[in-house]
Amino acid sequence: MSEVTATNQITTPVASADAEPTRWTARWVILGLLPLILLAGVLALIVATDAGLGERTVPPIEELNVQRVTLPEPGRIVLDVVNDGPDPITIAQVMVDDAYWSYGIDGDGTLGRMDSATITLPYPWVEGEAHAIGIVSATGVVFDADVPVALESPETDSGTFARFALIGFYVGVIPVALGLLWYPFLRRLGGGAMQFILALTIGLLVFLAVDMFGEAQEIALGVPAVFEGSLLVPVIALLTFLLLMTIASRKGDTPRRGLAVAYRIALGIGLHNLGEGLAIGAAFALGEIGLGVFLIVGFTLHNVTEGVGIAAPILREQPRFINFVWLALLAGGPAILGVWIGGFVYSPLWATIFLAIGIGAIVQVVVEVTRIIAQSSEREGSPWLNWTTLGGVTAGIAVMYATALVVAG
Amino acid sequence: MISWRLSRRDFLRAGTASAALASSGVGLAILLPELGQASILEQQNHAGHGNGDDTQPPATSHEAGGQHDGHSVSMAVGEVGPNAIGIDPMAFLTTFDYGTVSTLANGQVLREYEIVAYDREIEIAPGVFFPAWTYNGQVPGPTIRANEGDRLRIKFINAGTHPHTIHFHGIHSAFMDGTSGIGRGNIEVGEEFTYEFDAFPFGCHLYHCHSFPLKRHIHKGLYGTFIINPDPNKQGEQARERHPDHEESQRWQEFVMVMNAFDTTFDGENEVYAINSVAFHYMKHPIRVERDRPVRVYLVNVTEFDPINSFHLHANFFDYYDHGTTLDPTLKTVDTIMQIQGQRGILEISFKGFEPGLYMFHAHQSEFPELGWMSAFDVVE
Repeated sequence: MSEVTATNQITTPVASADAEPTRWTARWVILGLLPLILLAGVLALIVATDAGLGERTVPPIEELNVQRVTLPEPGRIVLDVVNDGPDPITIAQVMVDDAYWSYGIDGDGTLGRMDSATITLPYPWVEGEAHAIGIVSATGVVFDADVPVALESPETDSGTFARFALIGFYVGVIPVALGLLWYPFLRRLGGGAMQFILALTIGLLVFLAVDMFGEAQEIALGVPAVFEGSLLVPVIALLTFLLLMTIASRKGDTPRRGLAVAYRIALGIGLHNLGEGLAIGAAFALGEIGLGVFLIVGFTLHNVTEGVGIAAPILREQPRFINFVWLALLAGGPAILGVWIGGFVYSPLWATIFLAIGIGAIVQVVVEVTRIIAQSSEREGSPWLNWTTLGGVTAGIAVMYATALVVAG
Repeated sequence: MISWRLSRRDFLRAGTASAALASSGVGLAILLPELGQASILEQQNHAGHGNGDDTQPPATSHEAGGQHDGHSVSMAVGEVGPNAIGIDPMAFLTTFDYGTVSTLANGQVLREYEIVAYDREIEIAPGVFFPAWTYNGQVPGPTIRANEGDRLRIKFINAGTHPHTIHFHGIHSAFMDGTSGIGRGNIEVGEEFTYEFDAFPFGCHLYHCHSFPLKRHIHKGLYGTFIINPDPNKQGEQARERHPDHEESQRWQEFVMVMNAFDTTFDGENEVYAINSVAFHYMKHPIRVERDRPVRVYLVNVTEFDPINSFHLHANFFDYYDHGTTLDPTLKTVDTIMQIQGQRGILEISFKGFEPGLYMFHAHQSEFPELGWMSAFDVVE
């Protein structure tokens, strides 16, 4: 509608009296904008009058989040920091092990809200020992960072890249593919056993979701405060769940395709394995090679069960072989990505977001698999929750718990 | 699954602010090494510039031996402002306030001082500011000096935000003790009071606020040095060396050094140690002394929270007069002494015949020098 028409309608309100309510009349637009205009006015008033609080006399609230500590070479420590507080912060001095130390910082040391900076310290760190770093602000507040085990950070050359990819392949792709190899075996199972396997899938997925939630909450503590990391986890998980439910929903009578469910399970598991990759990458970056090997063995064992879970919804279908390859890559491949991220460019914020998405995705497939069980139970006239399915769920959780013990060493 | 177990997910709180750690993610350095280096050099160059009114010329010893190099990275970065502690830290070393002098009817010398307590921010390390409580706007407060037997009148005005006092270490009436709840007691905000007593006994003393809570009132900056010169008529010829009216005292190079510290996070532990408040200042600007003239240091320890502080001189020994109340040293030929809080003394050092260069001195608790209490004499011919 042109503006001319809109103006006419203002001057001749009678003409628009019977107009449909959704038409873009100028008055209608103004009514929509009015609260926003008033809001802008009130905000301006608050800013102009300090909301009656008077001049701010309290000291600034200084916060600083240490995102990463890197030891790129002997005699050098690099810190990535971000100001996640409401006020600007000026970094005045840096202490290492309770000694003021020379440092370099990009810029003049003053960080506005959400500004980040890199601090470089020419410090002779001692291999295998711990170091404590204190960043002193202009008001004397000290922000701590630490190096739990001082070891040279991995270089980003192609060799390390390939090595990390191999680790991800071992913990992600291989176990999932091995788990999928049970497919021919599982296909010959009877109805009851099938239900058991599907329930087992639910059990292991529930375990993974709970595990990821705890994980995500812990990592979220390292997220800059303004992002409200621990709030992000449930919210992103919920939105992911709802998004996937919307995508998966269809008219009630369409038969449910197992392969689509299998792909969604693979996606959820893939995001979970991304989280495992992050952990392993970070461990390797810290130089904990010995423990890293143990982690790989543990995760590989742990993740074999995931292949069974992916295979479960397609046991009554005839998917082409290439689907299995894709499923294994979708579920296992992200572990490779995770190791790279964890080892090279770790960020608590992105780790939290990925894990939260994974939680939503897993919960959604739990719902899907439950529906599959319900449908088959309906056909057989039995309740969907029975001793077989309960046993399956319990077995799924138990297997994951037991293999997790191996990782925990 | 136990992922992340290797990281120490400590979330440390300092003051009102939190610093979350994510040290687990050790990864690639964003900065090119060259870039980081350049910026460090820049900071050090910046550190190389002296204060405008620093009388010290570019010392030859620095150029010759490059003696600074060994310490250049293990120090605070940058420079404090010229008026960092309410006075230039270099000027503080040698500034003595003898008051406004007149003679009483009985012939006694009267010295009158005015001290105003007020809140002021001081710079205790380059770029690090501390909300101090001060005497006359400076930390340490002005060095009050008098001759033994003089009458002292110290008019104290409290223009701060809390009750304060001045408690002198010396001999005076109970009423003049300058302690909360004793005698005149607290001087409330906006009030004033004149402390009056005779300068006695001679020595190196101190004064400080004695309002409660004591720890807070002292470590916020309310303290200073109080020197009483011995009277040669009463103490003998030796006293002429410490008395400004006598020629024998003129050859001495005298410095006031107050060992203090600051708890910037108010957690009962100090973040900055120094003499005369500014971390590393006399390391960045070594105190110039002529080697053939003796050195006398009036040393006072007011360090709060740590039980002792100490003074250690490199490559030389000295005589020590505990409290400065004797004319014969209480410790002869030592290179390290310690003082509890409130303890003080006089150090007499000779560099006669020594090779010119930097002679470091610092607390010998290694933590303190690395947190700022590190200094040097620049001995020149």
